[in-house]
Amino acid sequence: MGPSRRSAIWIAPLAVGIALPWLAGGNDYVLSVLALAFIYAIATLGLNLITGYTGQLNLAHAGFMAIGAYTVGILTVDHGVPFWWAFMLSGVVPAVLGMPIGWLSLRLRGYYFAIFTLCVGTIINLVIEKWDGLTHGVSGIIGIPAPPGFGPVQFSTPRAQYYLALGALVVMTWMMQRIVRSLVGRSFMAVRNSEPLAEALGIPLMRTKLLAFVLSVFYAGLAGGLYAGTIRFLGPDVANIAHTFDMVTAMLIGGLGTVAGPIVGSLVLPWITQYLQFMQDYRMLVFGPLLVVLLIFLPAGIVGSLRNWHARRASQALAVAQPDAAPAHEHRASAAQRHGHA
Amino acid sequence: MHGPAASISNCLHLDAATPFESMDQIVQLLFNGLTLGAIYGLVALGLTMVYGVLHIPNFAHGALYMVGGYVAYTLISKLGLGYWWAMLGAGTTVALLGMLMQALVFAPLRKAPELYDMIGAIGVMLFLESAAQLIWGAGFHRLPTPYGQVLQIAGMPFPLQRVLIIAAAFVLVSVLHLFLTRTVTGSTILALAQDPQGAALVGIDARRVTYLVFAISGALAAVAAVLYAPINLLYPTMGGLVIVKAFVIIILGGMGSFPGAILGGLIIGMAESFGGFYVSTDYKDIIAFVLLVVVLSVRPQGLLTQGAR
Repeated sequence: MGPSRRSAIWIAPLAVGIALPWLAGGNDYVLSVLALAFIYAIATLGLNLITGYTGQLNLAHAGFMAIGAYTVGILTVDHGVPFWWAFMLSGVVPAVLGMPIGWLSLRLRGYYFAIFTLCVGTIINLVIEKWDGLTHGVSGIIGIPAPPGFGPVQFSTPRAQYYLALGALVVMTWMMQRIVRSLVGRSFMAVRNSEPLAEALGIPLMRTKLLAFVLSVFYAGLAGGLYAGTIRFLGPDVANIAHTFDMVTAMLIGGLGTVAGPIVGSLVLPWITQYLQFMQDYRMLVFGPLLVVLLIFLPAGIVGSLRNWHARRASQALAVAQPDAAPAHEHRASAAQRHGHA
Repeated sequence: MHGPAASISNCLHLDAATPFESMDQIVQLLFNGLTLGAIYGLVALGLTMVYGVLHIPNFAHGALYMVGGYVAYTLISKLGLGYWWAMLGAGTTVALLGMLMQALVFAPLRKAPELYDMIGAIGVMLFLESAAQLIWGAGFHRLPTPYGQVLQIAGMPFPLQRVLIIAAAFVLVSVLHLFLTRTVTGSTILALAQDPQGAALVGIDARRVTYLVFAISGALAAVAAVLYAPINLLYPTMGGLVIVKAFVIIILGGMGSFPGAILGGLIIGMAESFGGFYVSTDYKDIIAFVLLVVVLSVRPQGLLTQGAR
């Protein structure tokens, strides 16, 4: 697939995304559910960069999203900073905090990293809950201003907020596409596939992993900033580890290590949840086993499986054309797809 | 998710916060630390056993602990069983649940990347927490105990349930130690943890041992919950904080190390007991994590292990 066809794949969903407010016919509920899904998709894109592309399961991701959200909440409500200034800081603050945290936690590998970040996430959650003076504790931050508009463009209606979230998602997806296709993105994947091999190729392990970590929490933070501007209320629950698990589920449904995967997963997840509305708090009764079944039977997720299927068809077509060369090619392609190359 | 629950448990087991004479106070803090350490140690022991044999961090271990508490609650309040029978029932149920988890989740993911094992365990945890909420409700339950008395020793109060926790943990750890070192079945577990290939060479059935380890680990978690629930409370996410602390403990003690789990449990128990009193009750739950961050910054391989990981 050439680069032009690859980009073309994005055009149809984008057109649907833009036209949707008309298709939904003024159904504000659908729009706000989707806006929230877009926001979580941005955070999940970030999680996918460190987990899907670099192979490190960061269980503190929702914590960093909360730091971004509280940056906006605290600055706008308690210090009267204009929304957009606070919003710009919502990505920067988690990224700056992420540097020492990442440096400390990335010294640990595999399981240890996951467990350590689980602890970091718990600490962030507890600190937000207990530090009344800064975060208003359990009573939360109320009355965060809606993002002010630019000239004729306003962001106070659900439709406008939908477009704001969609626009942010498009920009962040484009950026993610640029990152993973660059040499830096390749080095992330090299680290995921084999750390010793990557090191032997001259890739500085710590620097590469730290870069992926900081970029990923930057995404989480910006998503948090948008969340604060859209929901306009914040409580310690934003940092709840359950949100990280939601993002992990979304990422896995969509496909680990693909750019489209987190977006597809983040949209499918609330869609399933709508059908499980009668179960409310018990939706994890379905999601928990779903997660396990996906891991066992469909580890590549929706996007990854479609891509594998596409690759298999392409290699079968090739096998018909050149019977000798095909098996080796197919083997390589499927091995690469299993690990979810972009 | 731990918010209101954590603060309620704060008020409940910080009976040490009432003023005592300073020497009495230290004895009480030591006693409370020992109680906490005994519980954490039992939970961490199961976690470290599974890690030692399978090299899987079982994120669902805290959920097993929670299920254990609830099963005992049902056995006591609905079937009218005695405390010890309920403990036995809870231990057996959760041991079976652990084996089922190995059969349905970890065995099929045997050859998958390690990331998948972790996510699979998280899936099980979410399922069990949700199931508990469905069956027993989101509210709090109190596990009744026949040992609500307070012993007076040298003029100091010692709640009997806490004494029981320490004694039971001591007995369990001793029995487990004897089982692992003095019986053939027990040694197969140690052998598999030390060297899977060597164990296979001498004819040890890794599959069987793995199921056994999951059973023991689940039973330990359930017993810990039944011991601790009478002085704490039962709620669906009660395993969340406990499992994270158990992870801290086995990282401190070295993952897969049995003495490390017990020592780590005592360290965290004491740190929480003394920290909660001298530093801040609000931040008591953070102490374990701060300790972890400090230790891992200095010694990334844990306290009791040698060499790199």
